[in-house]
This record gives sequence, structure tokens and C-alpha cells, in this order.
Amino acid sequence: MRYHTPSSFEEASEIAAAAPGITRILAGGTDVLVQLRADIVEPDDLIDIKRISGTGDITRSDDGGWVIGAAVPGVSLSEHAALCADWPGVVEGMALVGSTQVQGRATLTGNLCNGSPAADSVPGMIAAGAEVSVVGPQGPRRIAIESVPVGPGKISLAKGEIVTAIHLPSRGAQGGDAYERFIPRTEMDIAVVGVAVNLRRDGATITEARVAIGAVAPTPLLVPEAGAALVGSTLDDASLAALSEAVSAACNPIDDKRGTIEFRTHVAGVLAKRVARTAYDRAGDAK
Amino acid sequence: MMALDDRKTNFKYIGTRPDRPDGLDKVTGRARYGADIQAPGMLHGAIVRSPHAHARILKIDASKALALKGVKAVVTRADFPTGLTGEDWNLQENVMAGEKALYDGHAVAAVAASSALIARDAAKLVEVEYEPLPHVTDVDAAMRPDAPVIREGAADYSVPEGMHPNVVRRIEFGRGDMDAAFAEADEVLEATYRTEATHQGYIEPHACLAQLGADGKGELWCCTQGHWFVRRMCASVLGLDASQLRVTPSEIGGGFGGKTTIFIDPVALALSRKAGRPVKIVMSRSEVLRATGPTASASMDIKLGMKRDGTITAAQGTFRLQGGAFPGAPTAETMQCAFACYEIPAILEIGYDVITNRPKQAAYRAPGAPMGAFAAESAIDELCRRMGLDPLEVRLKNAVKEGSKSSYGPTYPRIGLVETLEAAKAHPHYSAPLGPNQGRGVASGYWFNWGGETSVSMAVSEDGTVQVSVGTPDIGGSRASMSLMAAEALGIPYENVRCNVVDTGALGVNEPTHGSRATYASGLATIEAAREIAGKLCQRAADKWGIDAEAVIWEDGCAKPSGPNAGDFPPMPIAEIAAEMGQTGGPISGHFEATPNGHGGSFGTHIVDIEVDPETGRTTVVRYTVVQDAGKAIHPAYVEGQFQGGAAQGIGWALNEEYIYGTDGRLQNPVFLDYRVPVASDLPMIDTVIVEVPNPGHPYGVRGVGETGITPPLPAIANAVAGATGVRLRQLPMTPPRILAAIQANG
Ligand SMILES: Cc1cc2nc3c(=O)[nH]c(=O)nc-3n(C[C@H](O)[C@H](O)[C@H](O)COP(=O)(O)OP(=O)(O)OC[C@H]3O[C@@H](n4cnc5c(N)ncnc54)[C@H](O)[C@@H]3O)c2cc1C
Repeated sequence: MRYHTPSSFEEASEIAAAAPGITRILAGGTDVLVQLRADIVEPDDLIDIKRISGTGDITRSDDGGWVIGAAVPGVSLSEHAALCADWPGVVEGMALVGSTQVQGRATLTGNLCNGSPAADSVPGMIAAGAEVSVVGPQGPRRIAIESVPVGPGKISLAKGEIVTAIHLPSRGAQGGDAYERFIPRTEMDIAVVGVAVNLRRDGATITEARVAIGAVAPTPLLVPEAGAALVGSTLDDASLAALSEAVSAACNPIDDKRGTIEFRTHVAGVLAKRVARTAYDRAGDAK
Repeated sequence: MMALDDRKTNFKYIGTRPDRPDGLDKVTGRARYGADIQAPGMLHGAIVRSPHAHARILKIDASKALALKGVKAVVTRADFPTGLTGEDWNLQENVMAGEKALYDGHAVAAVAASSALIARDAAKLVEVEYEPLPHVTDVDAAMRPDAPVIREGAADYSVPEGMHPNVVRRIEFGRGDMDAAFAEADEVLEATYRTEATHQGYIEPHACLAQLGADGKGELWCCTQGHWFVRRMCASVLGLDASQLRVTPSEIGGGFGGKTTIFIDPVALALSRKAGRPVKIVMSRSEVLRATGPTASASMDIKLGMKRDGTITAAQGTFRLQGGAFPGAPTAETMQCAFACYEIPAILEIGYDVITNRPKQAAYRAPGAPMGAFAAESAIDELCRRMGLDPLEVRLKNAVKEGSKSSYGPTYPRIGLVETLEAAKAHPHYSAPLGPNQGRGVASGYWFNWGGETSVSMAVSEDGTVQVSVGTPDIGGSRASMSLMAAEALGIPYENVRCNVVDTGALGVNEPTHGSRATYASGLATIEAAREIAGKLCQRAADKWGIDAEAVIWEDGCAKPSGPNAGDFPPMPIAEIAAEMGQTGGPISGHFEATPNGHGGSFGTHIVDIEVDPETGRTTVVRYTVVQDAGKAIHPAYVEGQFQGGAAQGIGWALNEEYIYGTDGRLQNPVFLDYRVPVASDLPMIDTVIVEVPNPGHPYGVRGVGETGITPPLPAIANAVAGATGVRLRQLPMTPPRILAAIQANG
């Protein structure tokens, strides 16, 4: 195994593009190192991006959005008051990852690029309309979060492509987001179902809504029908029922040791209503 | 055997809560656990395990592994002696497969190399050719006529002709006229209950360091609950003389019964013998889950008759347990404990021990009892709810007491079930209001406890402090308890006692810390050894004073003249006698050895409130109270710890823990991510009430407390879930999908 510590993303990308075998990017390592130890993946090249300057930074962009470096650990998000005020749902998704120890290392980028259908921070980022910036042999590009995962453990990035940062849009007025997952225990578990809702209100009426679900399909999904069920409503029972139905209808889960198809489909609908209420309240509290 | 009439009731040290002597080492990381032991020139071992649930081993080719730089030895079954029989053969077959791999994870070969990484890589290079065979992992399926036969001839004489060869033992007991007794009942319930296999989940994986010479002399350092057991088992499996193998226990990060047997130890010894170097093996968590000794799974049919006033008229049960690919499921204990709490005039129990393609079960905290309690105590609750009876009143009405004939035969001596039920009834928890979607469950449980072979030595040091040598590894604070008992018996401060857990070379045979026996049996021996020392100290003082030893008593750490003709001498403290002991007759020590059998059984009653999310089936343990008879709590904090630990493990077993096998016969969840033990935030603070009904078989009244605490939680939680949801779950674990499906089926 070759261990690399490039000092720029361009250099990292060159190493990755030229690497002949299995390549992994080392962000927090909480997936990579665990998979290595468990004999699941033994990379030939391991490219540590933490020495690249700026990868640990959270910065506000000119349009009022946020840029989160590819190596920013979960704990830094939770401790960032302004970010938490803008995007509590995105932050709470990441905060659910692992334990205090894991939080000190695990990143949004790693969570996304590991490609798990159950990745806890991904539905929140999709609902928020976040994007990633990528460098690669074909030059830089910026793509929507939902276009990154393409199947369990698979992402759409080409060989040599590396995520440099996550971009969250400007929060704007009267917006709120939330994420909740279902696990049988209280922590240290993998999502059986995850739902994120991001919406904007005008008074009591919802004017925009994005709903994303996790752990109920081969990838986290944006569910436009579920968002549409909310827009124009005041989160009355009928719109909640429509939301719940749209979310359940979008589920395409597997039957496994963590939950049955029926269970996951039903609980996704239940969670959607609960998460929508939280997001709605947060939007109401926001200026 | 001992003078019970001089049983103490006024204590100075017993019942206090001093810091544990091993505490500082453990919180600072200085304590040495199994994997911390090193030796010069040490090699690392790794085990090659079967990926098949059941397969004939056609060929093992280790040439590629042996060609890897750093690899020093490979062993297979060919490196073990032949001709073993009975349980010795079972042990050998389990630690290293012979003709067939019998479960996913079964060891088939092992490698020793100069580093752990090389050993792991080398293990992957060992080529094993398998012929997969049909497998079975479910107990009921394994009894069906079409089930694959795991091993012909494993059954004993008790199994009637015509049963499947996987049924290896049948047990039956009972008394009374069943038909008449059921006819007397106002309500009769018939139901089937199932529990899944669970793992002890100790935090420390098995680890050992072994050294064995061609001369048959060996040393083994390992993490175990009982090093004499390890010595005997390793000696049999490898054909050694027991006394030539010295076994030293490390500190132990949990065992709960799972470390009373062997898995890696004889493999490390065999590798060491072959490589001529010490060999260390440390299991990974997935090896622990796949290839150590989880508990049995059970399928149980219960028929129970009750009168309108709550009197149980008759109980009948059929208990089918699988304990993996070898005989030994704790069927008898399941049966004996199921109805042990009640006086029932007519009882009939039939049990089967069944083999399947799973790892060989090992003891797990009150082995077998939680399953039986789940079936019996759930059934009682079902009838209570059907007839609108208070579950504690019904238990009180039928509770066994001193002189009651137990469901399984013996007549009880002084026991404390009624006292625990009364204390539970009086506890504010029992009458506290419940919130929405909450239900309350109660259940009682029993464990026999155990005495067992015990040998303890004690010696006075020159400064008057005392060292105690025990053979029972300290899993739950027993060094503190031994030190308290020694301090009490000698009248010296707790801090002046040091209790050491010593190796097999230092004492006669000691059974493991199992059966809730350590505080009872090693404690009894400690007190007796202290009494012997007190006698010797009195003799030294008498010699000095020139009076009869009979005229000297030992009190408050001093020899004192006593009686009309003793004379008037100032009390002589232990330190003064000890300082001169070299000149007054030599070292002063005490020793006691026996197989004490006055261990009193312990009963407990639990109350639990569960909240169920009706939309998702998710459970929350809202409040939990354990009431249990400790006889006498030597160190109450560690008694409470045992109560809480039993409840916590029971909560896991009831709600989320289970061995999940795929249709391929492989374990689906050999990691803590998917083998879901409760984490700290899943549990409320578990309240405890220590009931003390002294055990007449111990000088201070101790009863073992380690195991009973895991027997009531399974049914107590199922009963609470029934209260919260109106639906009865008769299958464990009560996962959210199962609870939700039951709620939805109920409409
Ligand atoms: C104890 C424990 C508990 C956990 N609990 C949870 C949980 O509750 N929820 C959850 O969702 N996850 C959980 N995880 C998984 C893991 O912690 C998360 O997925 C985490 O966010 C991964 O981030 P990382 O920085 O550690 O990624 P790494 O391990 O460094 O990388 C993960 C993957 O992303 C790729 N990658 C990393 N950076 C880049 C980049 N810049 N460009 C392209 N590819 C990149 C790597 O090649 C690798 O495939 C847990 C892990 C552990 C060990």
C-alpha cells in the first residue's frame, strides 16, 4: 500500500488518475480504515487530503451560502453556531454519525463518497440543495449532491476525480430543515430509514420544499412528489398524509437483518411527517 | 463442615462500600488484560475458519502459507492427539475441526508468524477444499425428519428410538395428575414461545499467550473465568499432564460464563509446540461472535392452568433447545428454573437438547434460565391479564418458601422469593402512574447458585498486613469482597488486606468464577482461612503470655486474654505478633479447601415500564427496578452492579440482540453494529433493592447474586410491551419490525 500526502487537490487528482489499482481518499478515515481492518477493501494507494490547505475550513461565501472543506470533521459543524443556525438539519444529520470519537474525524465528504445508501448526512444535504465541487483530469466541476451516489458503495465520480468542498446555498428568509433517522437503539447504529425535509414558509404557508430519504433505496433519493405535497399547504393533516404517501411510494428498500421492506416503507412515511413538523417549526422561528 | 451457629450478624466492614483494590489499575490502563501479555520471541497466531455452515474438509494445503516470509508453523487437526471421547472430544473437535466443518467460523487450521499482519495474510493463503453439505441452524427444523444429520451417534440413552439423530438428549420430570389439575383450572393457556441465541457480549475478546515445549511443559497466560478449567481442558485436548501446564489468568474484561471454556488456548499451545516459540492469539470481535460460545436458542410449548383466584393448578412445558453442533444445551436448567418460583401441584416438563450447525454454546449468566422464565412468566402474565388479576398478588399466592417442594424436585431451605415480591409491591415504582403508550411488566426469576471446588490460602506479612490467594478471577469486584471478608474475620482494616488471583501452580483446583459462586465459596474459604490464622495468632500470644491458647480470644485485630484464669495482659495486635513471628514459630498462614454445597439459591423480582411508539414499534425502557435476595451484601455497590448488569443484558436479549443466520447458514451480524447490545443511552438508571434473607450455608449469610438478575427481564419486558400495546409477543427479540407487525395485525 502506498500512502500519499499531496499538498494540493490538483496533485491529489494526478496521483489518483495515475494509480493503477484500488485507490481510496483518506478524509477522516472512519470508513476507509475500518474497511481496511475488516479485510473489506485493501487500497493500493491511499491519498490523504488533510494536508491540503483549506480542507479543514468552514467559510461563508459571497452569496451567503457556506463552503465546507472536504476534511472538516463533524464536531466542527456542530460547534459552528452560525452554520447550525442556518442549516440545523444538515448539521444534525452529520452529528448522528458515530460517537464523540468518530465525530472528531468523520466528514460530510467521506459520508457522501463512501456511497452508503444509509449515510446519515446525505439526505439533509440533498434536501438543502447542496453541491460538491470536484477536481479531476477533465478540470473542475460542480454537481448536485444527489448526482454523486449511484448505488451501494458506488459514486459517479470518474477516476482521478476528488471532492474539494461541499457548498450549501444561502439560507434565505423563513427557511428550516431537519433530519431524523430510525434506529432500534439510541446511537451507534445504522439508519434503517432516514428522512430530511427542507422548506421555506411565507407566513404559515409552505412556498418551497425538498424532501430526501435514505436507507430505503440503493441510494439516498430526492423525492420531488413529497416536496410538492407540502408546497402551498400549512402542513395540515391532508398535506402530511400526502407527504407520507409520496415518501412511502418512493421507497424501494431491501429486506435484511436491519428491517423488512414493509417496515422501512411504513416508517419512512411516519418519519416524514415528524421531520416535516420540525422543519416547519424551525422555519417559523427563523427570521 | 463448619460452625454455622457462630454466624455473625454484627459487622464492621461487611456492608460498607470501599473502593475496589483493582480500581486504580483499571481506570489508569495499568491493569493487564489478555492481549497485554508479551514474551520475548513471541509469534502471533491467526486462525483459518470455515465459511461454510456444514462442509466436509477434503484437503488442507498450507504450502503457500508456509512459503510466506515470517511464517513459522501451521497446525491442523493432525497436530492434535487422537482417541478422545465424550466432552474431551467435543472440545477438541470444536477448537479444531476434524473431518467436517460444523458451523460458519469453525476453526480448520491455524498459522503462527512473526507479526500479526503476516499471520493474517498467511491464514488467507491456507487453501482448504470443502464439500459443502446441507445445513440446519433452527432448533425446530433440526428435529424434523428431513433435517440434515450433523453427526450420527451423538445422542445418549435418553433419546427414544425414532427421533432425529440431531436430538441428543431427552429429559422428563414431573408429578401430580395433570388431567385432573387442568380440569380444576378456570382458565388454561396454551402457547409457544421462542428465544433467539444471544452472546454474552463481554467487551474483551479472548486472548492468550502460550508456550509449550517438546518436553510437555507449558505456560499459558489467558483471559479466563477459570484457569483450572482451562488447564484441564487444554491438557485433555493436547494430551498433556495437567500439572505440567501452568495457567495464569489475566485481568478479565467480562465473561458472563463465556470464558469458562476454551477456544484459542489449545491452538496457541499447539502452534507454540510446533514453532518452538511463544504464540499469542487475540480474537477479533467477529471471531468472538462467530466462533465462541453464545447461548442456546429455544422453542417452548407451555400449557398453564389457573383458577380465578390466581392459584396455579397445573403447568406443562416442552422445551426444545439447540446449543450448536455439540451436545450441551442447558435444557435441564431451562426446565428446572421455568417454574421454580411456584408451588404447583401438577407439573410435567419434557426437554430436548438438539444439535445444529451453529457454534458450541457456552454458559451465559444463569445458563438456560432466562428462556424458561420467558415462557413461564409470560404465560402467567397472559392469564393474569385475561382474568384481571394483579401479577404480583398472583405470584405471592403461588410463591415458594422454606419447605416448599420445588417444581424440579428438591425442597427449598430458607429462601427469599416472598420477600422480593413484598418489596416490589411496596416499591413506589409499582404504583407510579404510567404515561401514554407505556406498559408495566413484572416477572420473577431464580437461579440455583453453586459452591464448587474451592481452595484459598492466606498469609500474614511481617508488618501485620495480610495477603489472600484466591483461584477465582475477579470479574465483578470479588477482590474487594474477599478483602472485606478477610478484614472482618481478622478485625483488621480493609486496606491491610491484599487479595491476589493466583495461578494454577499456587493452589489446588478451583472451579471458575461461575455459578455465582466466587463471593460465596471463595468468600467462605477466605473466612475459614482467616479463622485458622486467628487461631494461630492467639497461640503465639498465649505462648508469650505463658497461658493456654484456649484462654485467648481474637477480637478487633488483637489477641486478648479471656476467661477467669487468663491473667491481665494488654491486647496484643496482629502487627506485634507478626513482627516477631520468625522467632516465635515461623510464618503464619491459613488455608481452607472444600467443595462447599451450602450455596443458597437467589430469587428476584423485576418491575419495568416500557414505552412503545405505536407508529414504529420502537421501544424505550422508561423505568426499571430490580429487587433481589443477596443473602448478605458484602459490598453493596458490587451487588447492585450485578443486579443492574443482569437487567441490562436481559434488556438487550429481550429487545434487540439475536444471532441472525442467513439461508446460507452464515451468521449475518458478526459485528457490534448489527449485533445490537444496548448502549448506555438506551438504558434508564436501573434502580435496585437489595433484599437480605441470610443464607444459612455461609458464615456471613452470602448468596450468589451474579446470575438471577438476567432471568426476570425477558418476560418482564414482554409483559410490559403487552401492557403498552395490547399485543403479546411470544418471540424474542421484540424488534421494532416485530412489534409494529403485531400492532398492525391486531388492527
Ligand atoms: C463507530 C462508527 C460509527 C459510525 N456511525 C455512522 C452513522 O451513524 N451514520 C453514518 O452515516 N455513518 C456512520 N459511520 C461511517 C463513517 O463514519 C461516515 O461515513 C463518515 O462520514 C465517513 O467520513 P470519513 O471522513 O471518515 O471518510 P473516509 O473513511 O476518509 O472516506 C470514506 C470514503 O469516501 C472517499 N472519499 C473521502 N474523501 C473524498 C474526497 N475528497 N473525494 C472523493 N472521495 C473521497 C474515500 O475514498 C472512501 O471511499 C460510522 C463509522 C464508525 C467507525
